[in-house]
Amino acid sequence: MNTAKIKEQPEVLEAVIIRFVGDSGDGMQLTGTQFSDTSAMFGNDIATFPNYPSEIRAPQGSLYGVSGFQVHIGSVEISTPGDEVDLLVAMNPAGLKTNLHAVKPGHTIIVDTDAFTKKNLEKAQYESNPLEDDSLENYRIIEVSMTSLTKEALKGVEGLDNKSITRSKNMFALGMVYWMYDRSTEHTEDFFNKKFKSKPHVIEANTRVLKAGYNYANTLELIPNSYTISPAKMSSGTYRIIMGNTATAWGFLAAAEKSGLELFLGSYPITPATDILHELVKHKHFGVKAFQAEDEIAGIASAIGASFAGDLAITTTSGPGLALKGEALGLAMMIELPLVVVNVQRGGPSTGLPTKTEQSDLLQAMYGRNGESPVIVIAASTPADCFDFAYQACKLALEHMTPVILLTDGYIANGSAPWKVKSVAEMPEIKNNLVIEVKENWHPYDRNEETLARNWAVPGTAGLEHRVGGLEKDKVTGNVSYVPENHEYMTNIRAEKVQRVQNYIPNIETEFAETGDLLVVGWGGTYGSLHTAVKQINEQGYKKIGLAHFNYINPLPKNTKEVLSRFKKVLVCELNNGQFSKVLSSNFSGIELLQFNKVQGLPFGNGELIQKFKQIVA
Amino acid sequence: METTVKKYTFKDFSSDQEVRWCPGCDDYVILRSMQKALPEMNVKKEDVVFISGIGCSSRFPYYMNTYGMHSIHGRAPGIASGVKLANPALSVWIITGDGDAMAIGGNHFIHVLRRNIDLNIVLFNNEIYGLTKGQFSPTSLVGQKTKSSPYGNTQPPFSPGELALGAQARFFARIGGNNPKEMSTIFVESHKFKGTSLIEVLQNCVIFNDGCFKNVTDKEVKEDQQIYLEHGKPMIFGKEKDKGLVLNGLKLEVVTIGENGITQEDLLVHNAKEEDPTLHQMLVRMKYPVATGIIRSFDDVTLEERMNDLTAQVKENSNFKKTDDLFFSGETYEVK
Repeated sequence: MNTAKIKEQPEVLEAVIIRFVGDSGDGMQLTGTQFSDTSAMFGNDIATFPNYPSEIRAPQGSLYGVSGFQVHIGSVEISTPGDEVDLLVAMNPAGLKTNLHAVKPGHTIIVDTDAFTKKNLEKAQYESNPLEDDSLENYRIIEVSMTSLTKEALKGVEGLDNKSITRSKNMFALGMVYWMYDRSTEHTEDFFNKKFKSKPHVIEANTRVLKAGYNYANTLELIPNSYTISPAKMSSGTYRIIMGNTATAWGFLAAAEKSGLELFLGSYPITPATDILHELVKHKHFGVKAFQAEDEIAGIASAIGASFAGDLAITTTSGPGLALKGEALGLAMMIELPLVVVNVQRGGPSTGLPTKTEQSDLLQAMYGRNGESPVIVIAASTPADCFDFAYQACKLALEHMTPVILLTDGYIANGSAPWKVKSVAEMPEIKNNLVIEVKENWHPYDRNEETLARNWAVPGTAGLEHRVGGLEKDKVTGNVSYVPENHEYMTNIRAEKVQRVQNYIPNIETEFAETGDLLVVGWGGTYGSLHTAVKQINEQGYKKIGLAHFNYINPLPKNTKEVLSRFKKVLVCELNNGQFSKVLSSNFSGIELLQFNKVQGLPFGNGELIQKFKQIVA
Repeated sequence: METTVKKYTFKDFSSDQEVRWCPGCDDYVILRSMQKALPEMNVKKEDVVFISGIGCSSRFPYYMNTYGMHSIHGRAPGIASGVKLANPALSVWIITGDGDAMAIGGNHFIHVLRRNIDLNIVLFNNEIYGLTKGQFSPTSLVGQKTKSSPYGNTQPPFSPGELALGAQARFFARIGGNNPKEMSTIFVESHKFKGTSLIEVLQNCVIFNDGCFKNVTDKEVKEDQQIYLEHGKPMIFGKEKDKGLVLNGLKLEVVTIGENGITQEDLLVHNAKEEDPTLHQMLVRMKYPVATGIIRSFDDVTLEERMNDLTAQVKENSNFKKTDDLFFSGETYEVK
């Protein structure tokens, strides 16, 4: 085979978005992960997002069984997995049909023609073969008999059945994409060597197919040239690719080690939060006590018990689970114990859209309990900073003796991005309010004068035996009290304690403009989308548009009103019908808040944001 | 290793709070029996924790001079599980009632028993809702007239013991609310037992369900109507100690010693430690006589033992000592 083209100098691109789609069993997640890991190690900035069906084993070839993985790589800063794709790799007709809308006109689609059988076309509800009619004329189609070529490449490898041969065609596709984007196959070969250590024939098979795909792309006339994406400018250090839910779990591990407390997780499986449980149960070597309870309520109840006994206690859930935990969360707030509740938000209400993203639990987090029951509410904004905000949630809970709700969402929880690895040594100190010594005239509701945090006396400490409970307590003795003035005093002091957290959180800072025509306001998981859009519109010459993105919701940063007042117009963008906007307007009168809301279970698209900004400043 | 603990008296366990149950309530008996039992347990006061839910019974922790939490309705098993898993050295007690444990908290009740964490549950069964002033509960009888069933209750009841054994309870005891001495003994035994123990107290509610157990617990009838079971002893009861239990086919049968050639040797001998709960279940279901005492006490591995063993194993085989070891392991890369 000496037909290989002489490799021309690859064309340099700033960024590219690639989506791999196929059947649930086609290994698209692995293919996508390998491509993104290789690119990250090459030095690109990346963001990825998986998209799999909610059915566990959907019928082969069906439209709803399509599994996909999108990766956005760049030599420039990458903040989201991106909207429209430059390259679609479709392993079957159903994958093509359900993802075609996302491909930029004129861009490339690679298909496995062997999968375009009559049966598969019917399953994908195609009336005619799209490869044979003119429905794809706006795209550059690269037709490859991937299954046959894979079989060909594996001739002579012993010990493989038909199924595993066909299954490795995803590596053929990966090999092709590696060639197209000027990537080495080395990282993936290393991966095979580690993963299949005890099965040398599997290593050989996968390596052969990967290389076959690479060489095939090299010889294929249809691919005129290859592209490259130079390394991004990132600060030096050790990096790894991390998923949001993993980062959240690791933030808790770090906080437990730093605070010197044992970590307790009480949880009940719920999409899309379950991966935090999956991650934490692995880490028994750090003494993590992960308890899968019988329901959401027992999950938080066990965490409250563990907190009462002196552990760093966490419970993890998503929207419907937070509703179930409401009463217990009120108890934790009333007895003033440290507790972190993670809500990985999904589409609501009720069961809603469990596998899709939304920001519609903000008001539930703020107000979803009986009585006057304020808690700290914070939100992470990227897959990587889930680590920092999980850590921060623990720090605030322990230092202020109150429950903290940490909001993430399906988009950042399942998305992944480079994380500059942090050592526990460089994380901020975590103090706690444990009382170890018996003091004269001690009371359970003695408070720190600065923070108003009550002291934390745990069972096993002699001389500090006391009772807490959901009934109102006397401000001094901690005994049950129905005295009207005492109830009002305690209600106010619990609120004041949360409000004073303002003194311990950073001010809000704007990006791109400090004053001007329009302030784009966001919170939580929309950071990547909003940052990218505001950056682009600035690059287009709209220099008076700034971004204020909030991570601290309750309490809000001290300077919030002042920052909002610096711009002529304020546009609050959120994936709900205006919940943060309500929080802001209930705090600050006299500021007109424009809204941009989306409730489709999807993140903001770059185009729709820029269009909205232009419309406002026009 | 047993450590010796300061010798307490019941006063050490009484808090300064005024007890506010209705005069004549059996809850006073339970409270005092507990305060008297604790000094017998060789446990430090600071290591004792009482967790309750909501209901008349659930005021209990306020009256104990130990650590305690009066939590929310039905959820005490979850909270107590968290306390015990966080610190297995503690002696953790759940105080609950028939509504708290078997209605709103039913799910937690069966699962805590299934898991077998070393917890002690005292269930005050008065077959009524007291604190909300007299509605039927999951143990109220069919036909019982209450504020929410003025024409008679239509919902058949649970038997706490039957439900508990079905949920894999390893320790179940039942005692009348007017038997303080036996109650204290059972409390001490349940403390010693490693695993979840459930003690059902037949507790009279003087206001809303007065006399609900009088046919079983009244002084004049209790010796004839109850059989107080003790492990290893023959099943004998009655004022004259002349009645006993034998197995007739698949039924328990009351016999009289001396009649039809029956001698004490013919009677069943109570084996609380038997793994097979069949006979224990029959004893629990028995209407005459009503079985009291420790009906089942089967030693099994506790959840915390399983968890601790696993953790120790994982720790031993792991290279991860600090979180940094994890964070910097595997697929990392350098940016220069």
